[in-house]
Amino acid sequence: MKTAVVVFPGSNCDRDVQRAVSESMKTAVDMVWHEEENFSRQPDLVILPGGFSYGDYLRSGAMAARSPIIKAVKEHAARGGLVLGICNGFQILTETKMLPGALLSNTSLTFICSRCYVRVEQTDNKFTSGLKKGEVLQFPIAHHEGLFFLPDNELKKIEDAGRVVFRYADQATGKAGAEYAPNGALNGIAGICSEKGNILGLMPHPERATIPHLNGGTDGIRFWDSIANAFAERGVC
Amino acid sequence: MDYKSAGLSDSEYKRINELLEREPNPLETQLIGVMWSEHCSYKSTKRLLKTYPSKGKYVLQGQGENAGVVDMGEGWGFAFKVESHNHPSAVAPFQGAATGVGGIIRDIIAMGARPSVSMDGLFFGDPSLKKTETLSKGIVEGIGAYGNAVGVPIAGGKTFYSPCYTDNPLVNAFSAGFVRLDKMASSQTAKKGDLAVLLGSKTGRDGIAGASFASRELDEDSKASKPQIQIGDPFEEKLLIECCMDLLEKGLIASMQDMGAAGILSSSSEIAHKSGCGIDISVEKIPLREKGMAPWEIFLSESQERMLLIVEEDKLDPVFALAAHYGLDCAVVGMMTDSNRYRVYENGELIADLPTSILGDTPEVIWPSAEPANIKERIAIDPSNLKSIDPENDLLSLISCPNGRSKHGIWEQYDSMVQLHTIEGPGSPVAVVEVPDTERACLLTMEAEPNKCWTDPYMGASETMALSLRGLWISGAEILGMTNCLNFASPEAPEKFYELEQSIKGLADTCRSLDCPVVSGNVSLYNETASGQIYPTPLVVTAGLLKDRRKHLASGNAGTGDTLYIVGNLCGSLGASRYQVMKNGKPAGKTVRPDHDKEKLFRERAMKTAADGVASSGRAVAGGGIAVALANEAIASDRGINIEINSSIAAEELLFSEGGARAIYAVPKEKADSFEKIWEGFPCTEIGTVGGDKFEWKDMLSVDLSKLKKAFLEGCF
Repeated sequence: MKTAVVVFPGSNCDRDVQRAVSESMKTAVDMVWHEEENFSRQPDLVILPGGFSYGDYLRSGAMAARSPIIKAVKEHAARGGLVLGICNGFQILTETKMLPGALLSNTSLTFICSRCYVRVEQTDNKFTSGLKKGEVLQFPIAHHEGLFFLPDNELKKIEDAGRVVFRYADQATGKAGAEYAPNGALNGIAGICSEKGNILGLMPHPERATIPHLNGGTDGIRFWDSIANAFAERGVC
Repeated sequence: MDYKSAGLSDSEYKRINELLEREPNPLETQLIGVMWSEHCSYKSTKRLLKTYPSKGKYVLQGQGENAGVVDMGEGWGFAFKVESHNHPSAVAPFQGAATGVGGIIRDIIAMGARPSVSMDGLFFGDPSLKKTETLSKGIVEGIGAYGNAVGVPIAGGKTFYSPCYTDNPLVNAFSAGFVRLDKMASSQTAKKGDLAVLLGSKTGRDGIAGASFASRELDEDSKASKPQIQIGDPFEEKLLIECCMDLLEKGLIASMQDMGAAGILSSSSEIAHKSGCGIDISVEKIPLREKGMAPWEIFLSESQERMLLIVEEDKLDPVFALAAHYGLDCAVVGMMTDSNRYRVYENGELIADLPTSILGDTPEVIWPSAEPANIKERIAIDPSNLKSIDPENDLLSLISCPNGRSKHGIWEQYDSMVQLHTIEGPGSPVAVVEVPDTERACLLTMEAEPNKCWTDPYMGASETMALSLRGLWISGAEILGMTNCLNFASPEAPEKFYELEQSIKGLADTCRSLDCPVVSGNVSLYNETASGQIYPTPLVVTAGLLKDRRKHLASGNAGTGDTLYIVGNLCGSLGASRYQVMKNGKPAGKTVRPDHDKEKLFRERAMKTAADGVASSGRAVAGGGIAVALANEAIASDRGINIEINSSIAAEELLFSEGGARAIYAVPKEKADSFEKIWEGFPCTEIGTVGGDKFEWKDMLSVDLSKLKKAFLEGCF
């Protein structure tokens, strides 16, 4: 499996994702500058990392969504290739319209960095098939704009289609929903996937729960394993 | 240019005339005035700072560079420094604090290090005032906005409230970074023929003469000082980091210097002077943000996110190519010479011509010093007002008061995990980060004890320093070095100068006897307003090294069934303690007299306790005394604690007194013998066990753990 991490000016989790993916999935990782128009080595998984692309000075992710590399990312996705957007990467995916919705300011109007629990809502996609539906994982969050928003009718559509992959949850009871969202996300949505299940965007950072001796926990390892195992079974898309 | 409005005294101006053997022109007067300001020259403290111990087996770069560097082993250096941004933050809290974070990060870049970890020391005023709320909100948001975007984790810090900071809050920004020893950069390695290159933001009118602004008291006119506040752009800074790291990796830079106070002037004159060169700068080649800027404005502008690079001519093309890759402005503005002159040209015309030494070797001022007239009043303590009639209520008050409660409301606004190397983040008494690609860990403690420094500057500063060391010893770390930020009032008042002098002496003596070199630092004077002066506030950050991070003894890790011990005296001093201030409303009384022999005995045993792995948890006794240390341990470990101490010491002394080499340990039963053996020859008392869901202290108090947690987390009970 080959992974490409896109680096935008202002990305700051690019090297973190590189480390997490190479240590957990043992895959080769190419770092690809946003000005490239093509991937020099066709990746199987493209990751849009967290950070503050272009300083997030316009809307989070809005400038990055217009970077030259995005065309290649879209083509890759159209071929059924895997695209994972984490935090700012999720914001970029919504700005490119590869995923629906928008990420608005947290209801607290502050940046929040903390441990965070999410429930796995569906496993019928290319990322979470190795996880158990209903299980609660801890992935840290660190964002100022994480309130997932969609108009009611569209929200219902993605809910009905089972495209909500992760929902904020209570660690102790396993209950999930809006009341457990640290940011006010509608329906407590932490991550959603595309119709075909090959594009996933999520606000929490699985890469921060990957290195066992660090303070972010280890649940991310299971997420990366799930992606790698599913890929190994399925092979190149 | 009137020399007085350039901040020069009569005698200083006379000296300049002698040195130049002529009168300086207006531009020259302005340039010298800024370089001789307190902020740039340290003229009031230079002599005192020389008393710090500077050598140590881990020191690679001591005071005098952009930041100190210590040896982390396996080819890694660790550059670190703390710097104040007090005056700007008082006037424009968000931007003042944000640019404080940005400024210290560039000091780290200038050493060739990738900025890897930040911490912040914040001193806010009376927490019940709206003003404090507004200032603290702005300052915390500014730190977060900059630090989060630039992608440097904020792994810890210190927040302290006292009415003395109401009009003059303090923001002390610490940053540090790892650097491969063969990639270290320096501001002393420029040579004749090298080109001076400006990288980063264009120069604008923001922050002009901020250095002189920081060299006087804050007054009602300070609001009019807004143009002297710089505006930060963390996105530009992030690009600057990546670009500089790339340039260094490729070996394209001969020397470099960040641009902080006094902008182009100080960076270029320092690099020329320290490298033993001269420099010629053409003012019209400096990229500007706005038209019509006069040369003095250009040279003194404190526009943010700029670096001065010294580049060999044949490496210019790749430097420009990398700058373009990152979308950064880059311009050749001058050339190094062997003239030892600082020369400024404007379209070929020489408009300033000074020996570099006049800008680099700045004068000293010796202020008179006098013991404060009210010192007796400060140290007088009346025990009758301090009786703890309801210890349970006193404990809950201490852990829920602004200085005692959890600061998660602040640090959750900071990204503490980016860069994926934080082992222990904010909320822990010691910040711990990985040393890249090794089994090693770097540990940091930040301490300040302004109340204790107020009642006795020498003893207060000694205790501050010792506290920062104890935290590291308990963790099992070897001490690498310390950086400090000295926040004081005007040195021109003899009583204030005395406080400064005594505090530095306290730090220096403690560092010397306990083997902690001082590698960098910053002095911020004139922290006073019409409403009063701040307490003497020396803040220290000490760095330690664990060669095997698995040997780290953390706090908050007590296990059910563990035996609890207190090592050190059962009793410290209530003088200027959190308890005393809570009861009396203002600090009074001295803290514990420093005892360095005892600290050494403590050090040896604490280090062995961690190395031998005989304890599951260890925590220094600090603010709020043994009772608060135990309460914090119970909360962090999420376990109850049962204490029984047979002693005739008065309740408040036993529970809440502070100071001295003391710690609490939780020890698994089977390791109790080994633990006690290690602590032979030092006071060591078994005081109870871990377990249950209450904090119980026989004959003193009994509080449900849930109530304790609520008080600590929510600040009420």
